[in-house]
Amino acid sequence: MLAETFAALYAFADVVTFLVLSAAGLAIIFGMMGIINMAHGEFIMCGAYVTATMVHAGMPLPLAQLSGAVTAGLVGVVLELTVVRHLYKRPLDSILATWGVSLIVTQGVLITLGSTYQGIGTPEGSFAIGDYSYSIYRFVLFGSAALMLAGVYLLFNRTRFGVHARATIQDPAMARALGVRTNGIYAASFGIGAGLAGLTGALYAPTLQIVPTMGVSFLVEAFVTVVVGGADIVFGTAAAALALGLVRTVLNGLYGQVIGQIGLLIAVIVIIRLLPQGISGWIRQRRS
Amino acid sequence: MRKTIAGGVGVAAGLSMMAGAAFAADPIKVGLLEDVSGDLGVIGIPKLHGSQLAAKEINEAGGILGRQIELIHLDPQGDNRRYQEFARRLLQRDEVDVLIGGITSASREALRPLVNRFDALYFYTNQYEGGVCDANMISVGAVPEQQFSTLIPYMVERFGGNVYTIAADYNFGQISAEWTRKQVAELGGEVVGEEFIPLGVSQFGQTIQNIQAAKPDWIMALNVGAAQDSFFEQAQAAGLDVPMGSSIKIMLGFEHKRFAPPTLEGMYAVANWFEELDTPEAEAFKARWREMFPDETYINDMGYNAYVALHMYKMLAERAGSLDKDAIRGVIAEGDACVDSPEGEICIDPKSQHTSHRMRMIEVDADHTVTVINDFGVIEPYWLGEIGCDLTQNDPDAQYTPTSLPQQ
Repeated sequence: MLAETFAALYAFADVVTFLVLSAAGLAIIFGMMGIINMAHGEFIMCGAYVTATMVHAGMPLPLAQLSGAVTAGLVGVVLELTVVRHLYKRPLDSILATWGVSLIVTQGVLITLGSTYQGIGTPEGSFAIGDYSYSIYRFVLFGSAALMLAGVYLLFNRTRFGVHARATIQDPAMARALGVRTNGIYAASFGIGAGLAGLTGALYAPTLQIVPTMGVSFLVEAFVTVVVGGADIVFGTAAAALALGLVRTVLNGLYGQVIGQIGLLIAVIVIIRLLPQGISGWIRQRRS
Repeated sequence: MRKTIAGGVGVAAGLSMMAGAAFAADPIKVGLLEDVSGDLGVIGIPKLHGSQLAAKEINEAGGILGRQIELIHLDPQGDNRRYQEFARRLLQRDEVDVLIGGITSASREALRPLVNRFDALYFYTNQYEGGVCDANMISVGAVPEQQFSTLIPYMVERFGGNVYTIAADYNFGQISAEWTRKQVAELGGEVVGEEFIPLGVSQFGQTIQNIQAAKPDWIMALNVGAAQDSFFEQAQAAGLDVPMGSSIKIMLGFEHKRFAPPTLEGMYAVANWFEELDTPEAEAFKARWREMFPDETYINDMGYNAYVALHMYKMLAERAGSLDKDAIRGVIAEGDACVDSPEGEICIDPKSQHTSHRMRMIEVDADHTVTVINDFGVIEPYWLGEIGCDLTQNDPDAQYTPTSLPQQ
């Protein structure tokens, strides 16, 4: 009984973690800044490729993962300065531009690095409870998801940068009038979002097949989590991941992955039909 | 002035003669539809290379019926709509003489209606779930009576009769799972769990738990694509230590080259080709391939089949003395349409237009070394003929499965 309960909780945590980590960077770039970033998956891929390259070069895994996240963040800053910056008032064009970037990057990696990249292998270590055995690394992922949410919360709610960032998004003209360097804030926020996506790729790199198209397998989960979560980056993402994770875990367990995925998408449609502002928007409305 | 006119006539005559010569030497157009990007690009690139190597060899040896061959390759990127769009373009606009390609069974089934409408000749070069009885199609890859009828008895005898199937959720996975169910039951075993995975899914926490709860003796692994292959890494990390069998792993997906050892330890497969095959013919073939494509990660069975397909086409066309589909089928109907390939002599069965193959069983060990543990010799593609498909008599254009047989 204990073994079964633990297995069910583990399965739930596994699904929720994937949703949170998929969505974390996008929650800032799309949820907060309003850029529909179709290249989100490519930031994830970038983090994974840099991590794998560094590990192959002999760097310890945690450092390699950090460098993957930092690289993706820097790439994000460059993309903001060159492309995204000019499209804040043209959201539809930003879809097209980021989608174009996504296609170019995917094909560029395919052409330069080839169709496949040697995997790095999950760090050793597993344990068993009853009939079930678990990879310890998965618990590192669970912890990382929680830490990532806590870190984003602290950054945007407890620091001067966070206040400036939120002020800039809400009313850029007023923020500028009060002396906030909004251009820098935009670039930094976009870079942080890209860096978090890169961290997600870095964290999952040992567990996944590393291929140019790997970002796509995160994209659907990322967007549905952010849309269902609503504008509040941390609370919205967490609530959406818990709600959607519950639906998916139960259906996965009872009927398998096909029904799990269908159920997840139906749940998304129902939630955004009933709560067009997402879960966090709905709660804010009820409070006020 | 006279001289100029005479010269002009001479030039004109020369030009028309050249035009005539050019007409006789017009290249034979081969339409290729192979995924070299997208989720299946990893395994599709060797297919394109196989066709290119065969085309080079054939052209250097004088072409087919004295004509050079020209490959027209389009990349459908694993998208079935693009398959149809591109097939229409190749058949209608480019008027190719033969169509080759398609990776997934879904793409093949998207192509067949068009191939039939244009009454074209089509080579499908993948191993697959079997059962297509269609006079326009020649199947070059291995089928269940060559792969499952050899693999499953071995696995049941060595490891036991409780089997868990994980399969990609489309026609290949569904029908292959059906074959597994049928054969395991005939051997007195039982499929204790069966799970179909949507293409593109990369997370397998729940699947691994389901397998551990079902306690199978071995797993039939029919997952497809780079995302689904992450199952192996995650299962290994979780300490899931169960032998696995497959009709597509190693020789087709070269997972043992893409994952860090020992992820694929304990994988068993039956194949007509894998790069580790070391007969003299195979070694010579690999040397020719690597001379042209030194950076190839792995020469997989589909790449090999694509190579064989063009040589098969040359043999058929030259024996028929024509590129006409019916003349070529006439050669197949004679029952001795064989080619010498790197695996040995293989022949096209007149009833099903599928190919006989020399089948071997391979095992992967902890450092991802591949060892041949069984040689089954040449196995005919007999199943379609047994259930009543006879393309020399009629052409149903249908696909049959163990539970969907032709009406008597």
